[in-house]
Formats: sequence, structure tokens, C-alpha cells
Amino acid sequence: MSTRPSRKTGKKMNSRSPIPWQGITLSLVAIGLVVLALGGFLTPLSRIALSPVIALQTWVSGRVQAIQEFLTSPRDVAVLTQENAALESELAHLRTQIIELQQQLGEYRILSALLDFARAYPEYQYVGASVIGRDPSPFLKYIHINRGSDDGLRRGMPVVTQQGLVGRISQVTASAALVQLITDPSVTVNVRLEPTRAEAILSGSITADIGLDMIPQDITVSPGDLVLTSGLGGNYPPNILIGQVTGVRSQDYDLFQSASMQPVVDFNNLEIVLVISNFQPIDISPLVPTPSAP
Amino acid sequence: MLPTLAAIPIFTLLVILQTSIISYLPLLQGYADIVLLVIIAWALQENVKTAWQWSIIGGLMVGWVSALNFAVPLVSYVGITALALIIRQRIWQLPILAMFVVTLIGTLFSHALSALMVSIGGTALPWLDTLQLITLPSLFLNLLLAAPIYAIIKDFANWMHPEEIQI
Repeated sequence: MSTRPSRKTGKKMNSRSPIPWQGITLSLVAIGLVVLALGGFLTPLSRIALSPVIALQTWVSGRVQAIQEFLTSPRDVAVLTQENAALESELAHLRTQIIELQQQLGEYRILSALLDFARAYPEYQYVGASVIGRDPSPFLKYIHINRGSDDGLRRGMPVVTQQGLVGRISQVTASAALVQLITDPSVTVNVRLEPTRAEAILSGSITADIGLDMIPQDITVSPGDLVLTSGLGGNYPPNILIGQVTGVRSQDYDLFQSASMQPVVDFNNLEIVLVISNFQPIDISPLVPTPSAP
Repeated sequence: MLPTLAAIPIFTLLVILQTSIISYLPLLQGYADIVLLVIIAWALQENVKTAWQWSIIGGLMVGWVSALNFAVPLVSYVGITALALIIRQRIWQLPILAMFVVTLIGTLFSHALSALMVSIGGTALPWLDTLQLITLPSLFLNLLLAAPIYAIIKDFANWMHPEEIQI
């Protein structure tokens, strides 16, 4: 076509080249668009234009991710299963540790309380012992402890906890001992009531309830009064807490009052006890007059 | 000889279980006596010939760990074994029934002997309370455990005394 310049006429055509209106127009449009965009005038327009694009891209991306997850999931499940097993194992280990620590904490609290008791009664020497069993006969209230004559224990030694009096040693072997609880039906303990300082006799029963007898009629006993060992008779040291009075039975025609009481020691949950090892019970039986004596 | 010797570790284990677990699971004030139940179940087995030895070993062990008079568990277990052997001859076709009957009578006999000894020792026992709070709950627990203990001891007896096959 004639529009194609020849070699000879090329120089002439370059010197007379037309103004690039097309490029200028495009540049102006571009600059205008940039200016409009910088001015924020194109935002609604771009929003309208981009919305379907973004929606389409989101949809495509979602499908791609789903396919990717589907393709890689078997490997992830295996890894997650391993991680789950490892975490479960760690959890079980930590739970075991928590239980052990709770047990140690409980033991520490008991020992701490026992230490407080020992500090409150510094005149006595103590041997700590664990309760390892109960008497097989339901007619008797005895416990077995894991200390015996090898540890210096002897028959008649009082047994206490941080709360109060438990009983006294009845039989001893080399490495164990049998403790008669104060709830045993054959037990009697001389006690003193506070604040009245009245003397009374504590006795156990087959129902494991403890009762008080021989309270003088002229004494006013009230629920809540404290019951402590009096030390009379020489079987138990004085001033060891036993419990509180819960009810009083008094009749005008009776010689003495009687009362029921709540022991401070929970005899069903005895774990660790203290044996007072430097208390020697006094045998007063030779001093007790017998009917055959002259 | 072997069945008699086997009684020593078995009753050692039973006495430990009795003092450290069973005695901590009371019903009111009573609890089961697994030594008594094992002695009864053993005496009721057909091929067993060491029932007396077992009752004496069991009685001695319980008497050793208990604060009760030494003779009480011994006499009560030997007496209950005698009763079991008599009943085994009478109702041999229904040994499980015999187990329940001997458990019932044996528990009452054992508790009566214990209560009598405690009373002789100078402790006043309210008899009605004793019956309601100790004996009847113990009897209930013993009857509850009678069947499973019988089954275990039967398997053990069959293992110790396999039946002879005549060729």
C-alpha cells in the first residue's frame, strides 16, 4: 500500500510525523484516572467492578483449598493421631502427678497438724505411726498401727492425733501394735468438762457412740462444753481434748447426770497417729480394795 | 499336704483383706467375714478332705490379729466346719443352698460366741442393738458374698483336687 514508506522517503516522513494523539490521549486518560483514583472519586466504581472479581476469586480459592485439604488429609490425620496420643499420654502423666501431689499435700497437712499438736504439748515424746488395719471382729473397736516394741512402744501408751485422743495401746508385737479406741464398748476414761471443771466418766459403746456418765447433779452442763482427759486413774495424760458435749440427760431422781458427746477425732478416717512414748500408765489396781481383802 | 499348706498363704491374704479393706466397708456397725465364708465354702466341696485343717489355720490367724479372745474365732470356725460337713452329707445335691444355710447359721453362731465372750469380759452389750446394728447387717453382707466366694472356692478346689477318671 502507498502508506508504507519507502527508503528514500523515510527521512522526509519522520520529519513530518504526526502528533501522537493516541498516546497523548491515553496518557491523559491514565493520568486522569490516577488523579481521580488518588482523589477517591473512583472508589464506588472500583467497588462495583471488583466485587464480582473478588467473589469469583474467593470461590476459586475455597475450592482449591478444599481440594488441597482432601489430597493432604490422610497425612494430617496420621500426624494428628500421633500428636493426640502423645498429648493424651502427657495428660495421663500429669493427672497421675496431680493425684500424687494431692496425696503428698494431704499427708503434709496431717503431718503439719501433728507437728502443731506436738509443739502444743512439748512435755511428751511422740512416735508417729500409720494405721494399717482394723480389728476383724465388729464387736471391738481396735486399729492396727505399723509401729511396735522395736520402736519403743509399750502396752498402755496413749495414742492421739492432731485433733485429740484416739485410745491407747492394747497389745504390742515387734513391728506392730493394737490400739484400743475410746469408742470401744469396754473403754472407760476419766474426763473433765470445761469450763465447769466437773469430773465425769467417758464410756464407749458398740454403736461407736461415746457417752458421759457420773456427772454430779449440782453441775450445770451445757451442749458445747469441752471434754478433756482428767488424768485421774493414771491411764491417760491430762488435758487432751476428746470432744464436745452434744446433749445432757438429767433426772431429779438420778444420782448423776449423763450426757452424749461428739468426739473431735474422726475414727472412720484415721490415717496417721502419734503415740506418746514417754507416758507410763500407772497401775492402781493394787490400791483398789477388793471384797476379799481384810 | 499341699492343700493344707496352701491354706497358710491364702488365709494370710484373706486376713489382710479383712483387716485393711472389708473392715472399712461396714453396713451400720457390721461387716462381712470373708475368712468364715472361705472356710464354709471349702468345707462344702465334695473332694476336699482338709476342711478341719483350714478351719484351724483360719481360726488361729484371725485369733492372732484380733483383740478378741484367741479361742473365739478358733472355736467358732471349727464348729462351723463341723456343721458344714454335716450339711454336706445331708444336702449334697444342692451345695449352693448348703452354703447359704451354713452361712446363716455360722454367722449367728460366730456372733453369739463373740458377744458372749465380750459380755463375760465385763462389757454390757445391749442385745437388741447388737442384733440390729452388728449381727443382721453382717449376716446380710455374708449372704451377699456367699455365692461369689463359693464359686471361686469351687474352682480352686477343682484345681487342687482334680476328679479321678477310671479307665
